[in-house]
Amino acid sequence: MSEITKPIPRRENLHAEFYDHCKNHELRFQQCFDCGTWRHMPRECCEECGSFNWNWKPSSGKGTLFSWTIIHRALHPAYKEEVPYASVIVEMEEGVRLVTELDGITHDELELGIPLEVFFEDVAPDVALHRFRRVD
Amino acid sequence: MSLKDKACIVGVGETEYTRGEIQTIMRLVLKASRNAIADAGLEPSDIDGFVLPGPFTIQEPLAANLGIENLRYSIMIQMGGASAVTSLQTAAMAVSTGVAKNVLIPFGWNGYSEMSVSKREDPREKIPPRENAMSEALRNYYAPYGAFAPMNHYAWIAQRHRQLYGTPDEAMGQVALACRNHAQHNPKAYMQGKPMTMEEYLVAPMMSDPFKRFDCCLETDGACAVVVSSAERAKDLAHDPVYISGIAEGHPYPADDIPNRKDIFKIGLNFAAPEAFAMAGIAPHDVDFAEIYDCFTYVVLLQLEALGFCERGEVGDFAQSGKLHHGSDLPINTHGGLLSEAHVWGMNHVAEATRQLRHEAPLQVEGCELGLVTGWGDFGDGALAILRR
Repeated sequence: MSEITKPIPRRENLHAEFYDHCKNHELRFQQCFDCGTWRHMPRECCEECGSFNWNWKPSSGKGTLFSWTIIHRALHPAYKEEVPYASVIVEMEEGVRLVTELDGITHDELELGIPLEVFFEDVAPDVALHRFRRVD
Repeated sequence: MSLKDKACIVGVGETEYTRGEIQTIMRLVLKASRNAIADAGLEPSDIDGFVLPGPFTIQEPLAANLGIENLRYSIMIQMGGASAVTSLQTAAMAVSTGVAKNVLIPFGWNGYSEMSVSKREDPREKIPPRENAMSEALRNYYAPYGAFAPMNHYAWIAQRHRQLYGTPDEAMGQVALACRNHAQHNPKAYMQGKPMTMEEYLVAPMMSDPFKRFDCCLETDGACAVVVSSAERAKDLAHDPVYISGIAEGHPYPADDIPNRKDIFKIGLNFAAPEAFAMAGIAPHDVDFAEIYDCFTYVVLLQLEALGFCERGEVGDFAQSGKLHHGSDLPINTHGGLLSEAHVWGMNHVAEATRQLRHEAPLQVEGCELGLVTGWGDFGDGALAILRR
């Protein structure tokens, strides 16, 4: 019987492009070519100006802790050995927010606004996921 | 034109709420539907419209099982747990315009036996994922980072609120205890006969911080249905009509991604509530009871703020004042709610509000004239119905 692995993103639509950059250990978000508005999740056009043109612009990789939950009850069997683990939201300097996991921070240290920076973990031959760790 | 008082809830019915007594969803839905139709004093063939909350029930076999030869209107509402209340709006639109005369709104599922959250997230169970508003965010941006279920996603909203405003665990506990206490009076409630103290609530195991075990609703099998007719027809039916006086749905922005909302506490109900209150011409404190969608305790607290019962950040004090219990100012979930009666996507909240306003509820709010029912679903969709006798 094959081992149960953690779920990885699906290679679909604009989401595949986001993860192509992650594979290269780059955190990039869409920025509207015409009005400069940053956005995440990836979308087809700009909510501010309607433009269909964008660039995948590099993020500074820096952000702050916006919220979190410490998960004690694993709902996916691949996480049975991980609990308790924190699932968090980071607010990036660009203004967009993303869900991620942390490394090297105890749950007691978690508080709103602590400064974080991105790094990447290769989880499959062609998939890397972003993680965040504390910066001071 | 406004929908105010144009349509009435004329029939309510349900199955028993159980765990593990496997019946097909269609059988559950048919039992609840036939009960609701009989309660209205109608025959199944009098039904000529369906509003179907959620994805589980298909119109064609439902019509065939009920002997409805002339189905004049049918539509599905896809707002998760907000679908039941939103369905009232769509049904009111249909009956007040003459598109249909009597609209059936049925919900049923095997929420414990086939669809429990732990089964849904286990790939060995081979439950096919449903494509919906949440799918892209879930599989690309949440699940790869360990966040699988509403318990995790709503916890992000609750945690930030709690950190900013210092809501104590005991405020969440007041919601859990009100529901559990009220369920003790309700023979249909899964938790009847299982009372709970604040101490028991506080020491329960953590699930997804800040949600402990009793902050999370039940998973049950069962069905519940209501029938909506126009206000004119309702006068001739079996019970005193319950009027839909104010009704609105609302969606957070963006609805398909929780983290990237400018104001993460602005939920669908923030959009729906002012519209429904204005339509009914009342203020929040005018209602005699509130059936509030309670998938998680903190979701009830967020909705109390969105409804305008208190200012943002003040719901901790509001809940701890004891107002939420029967006999006080604003009894909530007088049947026990999803937390202690059953989880049928809040259709049971609509049924309970109807029975309260008919003055035939097991735990009656004495002399009540006006009540509200909320829905909450998916990533924070919302709906509000103001009902009166």
